[in-house]
Amino acid sequence: MGDIVSSTVFEPWEDARAEPLIRFRNVTKRFGSFTAIDNLTLDIYEKEFFALLGPSGCGKTTMMRMLAGFEHPTEGSIELAGRDIANVPPNKRAVNMMFQSYALFPHLNIWDNIAFGLRRDKLPKLDLEARVEEMLKLTRLEKFATRKPHQISGGQRQRVALARSLAKAPKLLLLDEPLGALDKKLRQDTQFELMDIQEKTGTTFVIVTHDQEEAMTVASRVAVMDEGRLIQVATPDRIYENPESVYVADFIGDVNIIQGRTSAVGDDTYSIEWAEGQRQLNATSATSFDNGQTCHLAIRPEKVTITSDRPEDADNAVQGRVHDIAYLGNLSTYYVELPNGTIIKAQTANTRRISRRSFTWEDPVWLSWTATAGVLLAN
Amino acid sequence: MRRAVLIAIPYAWLLALFLVPFGIVLKISLSDTAIAIPPYVPTLDLAEGWTGFRTFLSELDFENFVWLTEDDLYWKAYLSSFKIALIATFFTLLVGYPMAYGMARAPQEWRPTLMMLVILPFWTSFLIRVYAWMGILSNEGFLNQILLWLGVISEPLTLLNTNKAVYIGIVYTYLPFMILPIYAALDRLDGSLIEAAEDLGCSRLQAFWLVTIPLSRPGIIAGSFLVFIPVLGEFVIPSLLGGSGTLMIGKVLWEEFFSNRDWPVASAVAVVLLLILVIPIVLFQRNQQKQAEAEQ
Amino acid sequence: MTRLSWFNVVSLTLGFAFLYIPMLILIIFSFNESKLVTVWAGFSTKWYGELMQNEAFLNAAWVTVKVAVMSSTLATVLGTMAAYVMVRGGRFMGRTLFSGMIYAPLVMPEVITGLSLLLLFIGIGLDRGVLTIVLAHTTFSMCYVSVVVSSRLVTFDRSLEEAALDLGCSPSEAFRLVTLPIIAPAVISGWLLAFTLSLDDLVIASFASGPSATTLPIKIFSAVRLGVSPEINALSTLMIAVVTVGVITASLVSKRAMVRQKQEEQAAARVT
Repeated sequence: MGDIVSSTVFEPWEDARAEPLIRFRNVTKRFGSFTAIDNLTLDIYEKEFFALLGPSGCGKTTMMRMLAGFEHPTEGSIELAGRDIANVPPNKRAVNMMFQSYALFPHLNIWDNIAFGLRRDKLPKLDLEARVEEMLKLTRLEKFATRKPHQISGGQRQRVALARSLAKAPKLLLLDEPLGALDKKLRQDTQFELMDIQEKTGTTFVIVTHDQEEAMTVASRVAVMDEGRLIQVATPDRIYENPESVYVADFIGDVNIIQGRTSAVGDDTYSIEWAEGQRQLNATSATSFDNGQTCHLAIRPEKVTITSDRPEDADNAVQGRVHDIAYLGNLSTYYVELPNGTIIKAQTANTRRISRRSFTWEDPVWLSWTATAGVLLAN
Repeated sequence: MRRAVLIAIPYAWLLALFLVPFGIVLKISLSDTAIAIPPYVPTLDLAEGWTGFRTFLSELDFENFVWLTEDDLYWKAYLSSFKIALIATFFTLLVGYPMAYGMARAPQEWRPTLMMLVILPFWTSFLIRVYAWMGILSNEGFLNQILLWLGVISEPLTLLNTNKAVYIGIVYTYLPFMILPIYAALDRLDGSLIEAAEDLGCSRLQAFWLVTIPLSRPGIIAGSFLVFIPVLGEFVIPSLLGGSGTLMIGKVLWEEFFSNRDWPVASAVAVVLLLILVIPIVLFQRNQQKQAEAEQ
Repeated sequence: MTRLSWFNVVSLTLGFAFLYIPMLILIIFSFNESKLVTVWAGFSTKWYGELMQNEAFLNAAWVTVKVAVMSSTLATVLGTMAAYVMVRGGRFMGRTLFSGMIYAPLVMPEVITGLSLLLLFIGIGLDRGVLTIVLAHTTFSMCYVSVVVSSRLVTFDRSLEEAALDLGCSPSEAFRLVTLPIIAPAVISGWLLAFTLSLDDLVIASFASGPSATTLPIKIFSAVRLGVSPEINALSTLMIAVVTVGVITASLVSKRAMVRQKQEEQAAARVT
């Protein structure tokens, strides 16, 4: 999860005086009897790179299409820079969109595709040419200006689509699964390119994606959505380290979920009864739990240590047997089966060569983690 | 606003030139024949207003439809049109399926050419293609000359002006309509399905019968309707290749209108023909819809 | 699929022989010296010469072409509008009736379409002539155009239109600058189809035409009813030649365009 932390802290959402660029106020969108967006309220700030993340059908694309003006809220309002944009048609909005299919005009060459929006604004010829050249340069497409869309590669098409939607210098750029059609290697390179361009132009980006890694990499804030609702809106590191629900913990990255019942030990430490005949687990939590309340302990596999001997003075330690090993090259994930049948994943970095690794199938092992390693969740 | 105009123009055109004319046919089919201009009564006199409309309505009746059932010329013509259309469709399928099958199995690089060869006659004048057979099928025509020369027959066969000639004409002119949908269905068929069937123990013929035929059925059905429906109302083929014994409803309608100048009866014939056609058209639409759904 | 079996070869050979031999015979006998169409009496082009002097045929041909150009152009405009309404119009009052009226003429027997239009023209007192044939042909061929164009519109990536709107086009600009150029091939083939249908039509034209305007199919039909004649063979040969040249040219042009596009795509793949 390569989240790049910039040197100056950029977090307008923490500033009570900051005016949001986009404001969803109690927006509901229904298609017939289907509710795509359910009473949703959200602020997005200027210069943010905001990601809408969720499985298909969660309403993220509908949100984006409402911003572009192709759909209208059934209830509630959407404001752009303080103005309600309900009655502004798509062609009059200072919002541009990069389509998932790129939607490059097949009958126009790259140059004309990029110039298309500028021509609609009746820009003087010289300004128009300068702007198109600038966009070509920004996206490194100078060589391809006279090609038709079908004559360039997928990655180049993606850049044309970006250049075309940025050409009009919109207040807000919408990106609908912008990297979905690219293969993995190219996608990673392009992610950084996108961030670079966003920083250079200072445009507010809203990206829709179902790829959590992509959202974590590019976004300043991520909104996890499900069934038309926002589940959690936070920075990538908070989403990962401090998920507010089992859904988010499970959706982002790999996680072990252990269900049990709490009983308070200290101010913010709890012991968790989770299985017959097993020792209670210890965990800390900032949110308070009642005694006997059902809870879920979410622990990332990389925070679970695997050893052959029982670790001394560990907060939590359980014994099990190696059930399966997933070798990923740089990492290995061990699936350890506990005596009661529960499977816990533990991840280690493969700093040694494979022949020197210490565990194999059916080996008895100990798993351990600290009290602060996991997050205690109510639901 | 623009959208309303966009909808209104083609809508108005079709209302005025398709629906209204059909309403007129319906109305005249309920009128009586008269020696007048136009040759039917009653005519709607708008000057008399509401009462005029009432008397107009009261004079309409189903006399012409009763007439259609009483004179056996008409129901015989419907029946024989139906029979001819059915048999001709069957023969077209018989000729068309092996051709479509051969096209689908032909090497990829031949297919566009074969396709063009099927479509080319379709762009050529229908009338000319029917006319071409007049010279071939006549008593001293090309076919008889060859058969006589080969010694297959000792005296010329009478083909022109019989139902046989009509069948040949229909198969010939409607063949592309049969081939194209079947070819489309066969072309989509995944070759590995046949291999799978053979792998599971089918012989070539069994695989054809159990896999290819059922999977090309939507094409067969579509092609059959595309032939059957227009043939039912066919006029040119029976009047050029058929004889006095060839009864087809399209020809009867034409003669009723142009020769007998009996507009009300011609209109009634048209209305009944359309009612008969509704059934195969609905079946055809359902087949197309099912196919479209299956593709999604 | 696998290789051709002998059965496939035989059925294709016989099938195409069946499709093409009659026309071949027609063409050969148009060059016959004799008036008898079935007995070969030596090569001659005299029937073509006679055809060129036949005023009635020439006039009818001129009327036919005029009608075909006018009706197919009108039908293309109306049919494209109808297709757009069908695919993109969304819901509106009487949509079912509208789509019914688009599809019904495709399956309606020509005798009925012809009869109903004739009764309309008489009913409103419109003199039958070129105008009435154009109206009649436009009505049924616009339905064919709309089917061809709407099948293209259905596969048309809607986000292209949305992209145009997003970049500042009004809906009509989006249609003119993006949709129309992309669906142009379908619109052109719709026009060609309407044009051929009009050239070809006998039944509807017979109902819709009056003494002042006779089209070529009507003329041919009345001549052919009396029997086979070498002059008609000559005329048919000319018509077949025009269609063949047209269809082959069209397919070569589209094939070359496809080949070029493929080459360009390959070239692009090499560069990147």
